[in-house]
Amino acid sequence: MSAILTCSHVSMKYDTAHAVRNVSFEVNDGDYLCIVGENGSGKSTLMKVLLGLLKPAGGKVAFHGFKQIQIGYLPQQTPIQQDFPASVFEVVLSGCLSRHPFPFYTRKDRQMAKDNLTRLGADGFMRKSYRDLSGGQQQRVLLARALCATEKLLLLDEPVTGLDPVMANGLCQLLDTLNKQGLTIIMISHDINSAVKYGNKILHMQTKPLFYGATSDYLKSEIGMRMIGGERGA
Amino acid sequence: MVSAVPDMFNELFSYPFVVKALIVGTLVALCAALLGVSLVLKRYSMIGDGLSHVGFGTLAIAMSLDLAPLEVSIPLVLAAAFLLLRLSENSKIKGDAAIAVISSSALATGVIIISMTTGMNADVCNYMFGTILAMKDSDLYLSVGVSVVVLILYAIFYNKIFTVTFDEGFAKATGTKTAIYNILIAFLTALVIVIGMRMMGAMLISALIIFPPLSAMRFFKSFKSVVICSAVLSVVCFFIGIVFSFQLNTPAGASVVVINLMAFLLFSVLSYIKKKV
Repeated sequence: MSAILTCSHVSMKYDTAHAVRNVSFEVNDGDYLCIVGENGSGKSTLMKVLLGLLKPAGGKVAFHGFKQIQIGYLPQQTPIQQDFPASVFEVVLSGCLSRHPFPFYTRKDRQMAKDNLTRLGADGFMRKSYRDLSGGQQQRVLLARALCATEKLLLLDEPVTGLDPVMANGLCQLLDTLNKQGLTIIMISHDINSAVKYGNKILHMQTKPLFYGATSDYLKSEIGMRMIGGERGA
Repeated sequence: MVSAVPDMFNELFSYPFVVKALIVGTLVALCAALLGVSLVLKRYSMIGDGLSHVGFGTLAIAMSLDLAPLEVSIPLVLAAAFLLLRLSENSKIKGDAAIAVISSSALATGVIIISMTTGMNADVCNYMFGTILAMKDSDLYLSVGVSVVVLILYAIFYNKIFTVTFDEGFAKATGTKTAIYNILIAFLTALVIVIGMRMMGAMLISALIIFPPLSAMRFFKSFKSVVICSAVLSVVCFFIGIVFSFQLNTPAGASVVVINLMAFLLFSVLSYIKKKV
């Protein structure tokens, strides 16, 4: 197992308050890392640092064997996209733009977009309009776009938020399959139960890391037991 | 009656100022519609409106100092485009309120400058509501040049413009310099507004940016079809509007806007019927 991403002592400040304090972790090829924590715990800020959208105030993020812009990013949906007139194929194809310096698509790009839609079982609505799809279908389309942008690492920002349980479960299983096919995944999640079910590593943060390690150790740790117990009790 | 239509067009094209106005207007309508798709989808419509008011202010300055209107307006409106874009991206200040403040201030300043120098004459009315008589040869060349630049840049960066419009976060994360494309869109919009403003009028030019994309979005579902429909619709509406204005002796800019409004209503009804069937 080789590390493809190392995050060492990353800190991030907004004005004077720390949003992320001294977070370190390592992602190996084939890992499924779930970053969990409450709202405002710095998960999203950390993710922006990983993507290079924010510069860390301290510490360093290093990539091994690929570039930062080759992360397949699945962002949260924006209000603009709800009524956006775009065909599914146009959206997926736009994931290929980072593969080359010129702003045009090649035949290979088109094939790749089709293949990735097929891989996710979404080729049926290739010609449909993005705005006419259900929430779960839209997530699949955005996932196919992320797959076009990466060969190694997917970074998912709360991918199941807003989906009904059936769709959320379907998406989780899809991600699990992709992970078993060799894709490394980092997922930011509220959902502790599915995080421990699918992830092999957990980073639990509350501005600073509260736990980082293997999922099996998390389940035995005090904080892990409290979180899982709390979820069950609720 | 059969020969009435060709006769009308023969008469129309026999006036050089009409031909000039048609060339400039068609190009401006085309460029405005293309840029409008991104502006409307990115919720930047107010920038177009703000820029046209700033444009009026700059025309007033040019007139009072007896300078060439386009040469004064272009740099000032470009600067305003940069400022407005920064304001609307800054979530700390209420972006739309800031734009409204700037546009009304520019308008007020323009009116004061005019009243202190030339007074409220016919020229001022032309600046506000447009005239197709304003086209000089130098305006024609500049307009054609700028429109060609806009069309070429749009064609080259079409895919980038799509991804920046659809999902700025993803575009940025995958290495697209989104700030540059936002500025590009704002600058091209500023150029189109300045060029179209003399003909359409400072108060009416933003309709050319907003109406065609809105109408196209009612009916079409992919980005490419919306862009194409918006461009075609804009040119057709412009042409009908000018013919209409020529036949009925109505102001050109206002006629084009009214035709755009009718197209919008027609598309709305059609999309409603399509949903019901």
